[in-house]
Amino acid sequence: MRLPCPYCGDRDAQEFSYRGDAGPRRPEGEDGLFDYVYLRDNPAGPIRELWYHANGCRNWIVVTRDTRTHEVHGSSLARESGA
Amino acid sequence: MRYSVFSLSANALSGHRRWKRVWRDAEPAEAYDVVIVGGGGHGLATAHYLARNHGITNVAVIEKGWIGGGNAGRNTTIIRSNYGLPGNEPFYEWSMKLWEGLEQDLNYNVMVSQRGIVNLYHSDAQRDAYARRGNAMRLHGVDAELLSSDDVRKLAPFLDFESARFPIMGGLYQGRAGTARHDAVVWGYARAASQRGVDIIQNCEVTGFVQDSAGAIVGVETTRGAIRAGKVGLAVAGNSSRVAALAGLRLPIESHVLQAFVSEGLKPVIPGVITFGAGHFYISQSDKGGLVFGGDIDGYNSYAQRGNLPVVEDVCEGGMAVMPMIGRARILRSWGGIMDMSMDGSPIIDASPLPGLYLNAGWCYGGFKATPASGWCFAHLLATDRSHETATAFRLDRFESGHLIDEKGAGAQPNLH
Repeated sequence: MRLPCPYCGDRDAQEFSYRGDAGPRRPEGEDGLFDYVYLRDNPAGPIRELWYHANGCRNWIVVTRDTRTHEVHGSSLARESGA
Repeated sequence: MRYSVFSLSANALSGHRRWKRVWRDAEPAEAYDVVIVGGGGHGLATAHYLARNHGITNVAVIEKGWIGGGNAGRNTTIIRSNYGLPGNEPFYEWSMKLWEGLEQDLNYNVMVSQRGIVNLYHSDAQRDAYARRGNAMRLHGVDAELLSSDDVRKLAPFLDFESARFPIMGGLYQGRAGTARHDAVVWGYARAASQRGVDIIQNCEVTGFVQDSAGAIVGVETTRGAIRAGKVGLAVAGNSSRVAALAGLRLPIESHVLQAFVSEGLKPVIPGVITFGAGHFYISQSDKGGLVFGGDIDGYNSYAQRGNLPVVEDVCEGGMAVMPMIGRARILRSWGGIMDMSMDGSPIIDASPLPGLYLNAGWCYGGFKATPASGWCFAHLLATDRSHETATAFRLDRFESGHLIDEKGAGAQPNLH
């Protein structure tokens, strides 16, 4: 599997660390913290997910990928997509 | 019909043409006391124990494909009870005890083969950790033995003991562990449940839930029509989140792909199950002779039932590091199964927040060994609305209350368990 890093271009997925669904937002207070830490939509289909380009540019990126086929639909820098 | 030496002889003499189907391929009825979603090992075991232990026989097991076609057919068939934490160990030991009597209970040869498991250690720190785990097992009355390097040499002389980086210093041994035949487990439970009146309904996928005005679950919508149910139990492994989402629930689970491999058939070379302590690699030999082995999950969310090549390379490197002779064997097949990886690496057997809906999920990649006890305890929960004494820790609300069962201490990141 190759991931399109917005900074480095198409790179082997082995260069990245996976951090899962990019959807959950850390809440300000304790309310919603349990949901944020533990609960996931876990969709079968397209998912926006966080990858860290550890062995590359060290950017956090958001990749849109289909969990049924592993097909990658695009990516953006996490700081620019508000993740 | 009961299997016996006489029935085998009689059928052998008649050319094996008179064997009957061992379970009924049923049509869905309008309503059942209990509907179990998922016709894998766990679902069928649940149906069997509902009928056998609790006398509840008006039960349907509904399966979207064919029984045993999911993770029951995509595992590495290892059975063991060498866990460290008090929430886990009594449950897995109960499962081990059920495996030991399963063939007599089911009157079916599930090929339980207790050839032992050895978890190798490669450093002083790892020996200490394994000694601690072994002691925890013995405190729960489970067999565990700390082997020296010489002991392991007698057991498996073909391992690479003198590796400069990962010398084999010994291992934690559980002699009662071993393997069982995955298909036979499914068929054995299906036959036993069917004989007691359970309907096994294939090609019947759940598309939604029927709720009453108070919000309780009172049935399932399926591709073969609506089926009303007193209680609905989910045992759908890697699809737990998807099916729960149909009822509006979000679970502390991510689905990940785990690959496994089998070599061409070889003469007996491996005495039991061996796990590499310096990488993630485990191997056993099937009764047919194939070396069955695997390692880490791929590490990203997936429902694809196939993985990628880096993990293939990683698993094979682990194999070569601990057991160089494996380099002479050719890989015959590989497969990927979808694991419902929970947030602490341990399973959930509990009522859901919705009345009438019960969960059996989050088995990560340890579901096969748990099959008998999972069925036993889920049946107990469905029948009595109370957790079985060995499964009281597998609560859904433990993530919120902080009572996690995290064997690895990896935290709330499913791909690290």
